Amino acid sequence: MPENTSIQVRDFEITTGNRSKSFENIVVALMIACSAVAIVVTIGIIFSLLFESINFFKKVPMSEFLFGTTWSPQTALRADQVGASGRFGAVPLISGTLLISFIAMCVATPLGLFSAIYLSEYAGNKTRSIVKPLLEILAGIPTVVYGFFAALTVAPLLRAGGEGIGLNVSSESALAAGVVMGIMIIPLISSLSDDVINAVPQSLRDASLGLGSTDSETIRRVILPAAIPGIAGSLLLAASRAIGETMIVVMAAGLAANLTANPLEAVTTITAQIVALLTGDQEFDSAKTLSAFALGLLLFAVTLILNMISLKIVNKYREQYD
Amino acid sequence: MTNMFTTPSRLRKARAAAERRFRWFGLIAIGISLTFLFVMVGSIILKGRGALSTSGIAIVVDLNPDNVDPNDVKGTRFDSLMKKSLRNTFPDVKSRKDKKKLYGLLSVDMGFELRDQILENPAILGGPQKLWFTASDDIDLLLKGAVDMSLAEDNRRISDMEAGWIDTLTAAGDTRRKFNAKFFTNGDSREPELAGILSALMGSILTLLVCFLVSFPTAILAAIYLEEFAPKNRLSAFIEVNINNLAAVPSIVFGLLGLAMLLNVFGLPRSTPLVGGLVLSLMTLPTIIIAARASLRAVPPSIREAALGMGASPVQATFHHVTPLALPGILTGTIVGMAQALGETAPLLMIGMVAFIADVPSSIVEPAAALPVQIFLWADASERAFVEKTSAAIIVLLVFLVLMNLLAIFLRKKFEKRF
Repeated sequence: MPENTSIQVRDFEITTGNRSKSFENIVVALMIACSAVAIVVTIGIIFSLLFESINFFKKVPMSEFLFGTTWSPQTALRADQVGASGRFGAVPLISGTLLISFIAMCVATPLGLFSAIYLSEYAGNKTRSIVKPLLEILAGIPTVVYGFFAALTVAPLLRAGGEGIGLNVSSESALAAGVVMGIMIIPLISSLSDDVINAVPQSLRDASLGLGSTDSETIRRVILPAAIPGIAGSLLLAASRAIGETMIVVMAAGLAANLTANPLEAVTTITAQIVALLTGDQEFDSAKTLSAFALGLLLFAVTLILNMISLKIVNKYREQYD
Repeated sequence: MTNMFTTPSRLRKARAAAERRFRWFGLIAIGISLTFLFVMVGSIILKGRGALSTSGIAIVVDLNPDNVDPNDVKGTRFDSLMKKSLRNTFPDVKSRKDKKKLYGLLSVDMGFELRDQILENPAILGGPQKLWFTASDDIDLLLKGAVDMSLAEDNRRISDMEAGWIDTLTAAGDTRRKFNAKFFTNGDSREPELAGILSALMGSILTLLVCFLVSFPTAILAAIYLEEFAPKNRLSAFIEVNINNLAAVPSIVFGLLGLAMLLNVFGLPRSTPLVGGLVLSLMTLPTIIIAARASLRAVPPSIREAALGMGASPVQATFHHVTPLALPGILTGTIVGMAQALGETAPLLMIGMVAFIADVPSSIVEPAAALPVQIFLWADASERAFVEKTSAAIIVLLVFLVLMNLLAIFLRKKFEKRF
């Protein structure tokens, strides 16, 4: 009898073992397929943008797109119409994007950095546990809400303020969009910088304080220099977010393609133009529609490069202190 | 150097002052950020509060059989009956232009409202009845006190004459404010007083449902593979780089992908929750994967080793023991990702979810609006009354986001195990 049971047990083991093995192979294959979705999506993005952009560059030379200074994409009703071809110089859009992003970074960098320093070096646990989630709410509010606020509250306020001191502020000024966008990316900078500042080894702090420096001297002379690569990484990530931000600029910055560095004037951005070109009726082979994909490719390339650099910096920096 | 030793107190004072200044910079930075948050949310709540109530005007309508045939109620010309009743209420209005203004006191839907009231309660037929109707958007603003009557008559949307009518009605007790149920039960409308968020809300819910069904299983399997099974080779590293980059790709680029691939190559129907959900799921995928991996990593190796030691296969150890322990963290990450998807607007604009949709969608292949897109559309509308509608829609959106985040916090607090 005992021999019999042992055989049974062995049989049982063998069969379940075999069945689960093939089943497990399927499960593992499924998991690999799911992981590969990330690659498929990236490839999909690159291909769809490249494909439509190539079609666009067949109609409009790439040099005009990259270096032309006039942006007026209209579709012709008749072939002989004046200006029927439209002008596709992206320089005003690039400059507008950079201007608004620059304003946003000017607002967000000091506010985010000082918040992070205060939270990680000065604030007690209780303050930290209240203020940190509150700052993160800023990141959780949808951008369409920021856009509404920028267009309806901030822009008229700036306009009225400008009139008060004799400045002519456009109702769709780059300043309004930039400031509100800056507020939106504060939590991005503050939480990433908070992480890198916390990653600076305590021994560096202790050594500096032990030599008699004050807290602020320790932060400025020891902690910030040690954390600078990580902070730079977080700023790059924030800049990439600002460049790709859409709703705030669509609602608050308008569509006037001015080539200007004056923050009080209206400018337009790459993202705002993509939305303008692709909403509403469209025929798919017109240069007007295709130009949106060329702009998308430009946007994707720029943000991808910024993201790659910043991720590399942040990861390298993390390893350094691990 | 001598200075440092001879006047130590001065130096100490300067250093202490620098210390205080630095600390103040931090506090001011936090103060500005939080002030902005409170001003923004506060101003939207103040603006949106008005949309929760709506104004009504009571008009006497003569429902005698000459005007409304009891046997053929639906054949009645309700609009002209309403116009007649308005004329009877203010008999001294004579000119064509003034009459048009008079009809404008009530919403354009007044005929339908009368029909609905009669169909609901046929007993009111037979004689003159005083019935309540929705006021038009401008009158609604006037009754809410949102019209500045001190401006010159040409500069405001309400003329003195209209204000006089309303004063007469109010004095007679024939105007009222009540809870605006229509805002939650109606679809979109060109008329602000009739516009509601139900169609947009349903559209958003359907879109999120598609997004969840696609992204959750995919993300969880991908996370488990990358964390538990993936060999340390180039392919794994490449997948990881891809995921991290996708998390930072601007959302509008996903919209372009949806437009070029899903709509133009695969021919999926435009403006539908199906396409919207698919595009959003690609966006939330990296968020959920990153959160799920962190939470899987937090499960101690002893759990895996114990399971493997008892004879479980790696797949069994992972699915029976590790994943259940990591599930609260994974769900939290999923809810956060869904909350992001709920507020996302730009990619939906790309796939055509900006059309004017008044009907409440009932399936994922019908054209639908979404809540954030509705906000965008209303923010663009020219009627002033849409400002408070937009703010109210934002409040609804924020309430949903808060609820989702509270759920996430609750899950984390309740089920998360610390090892």
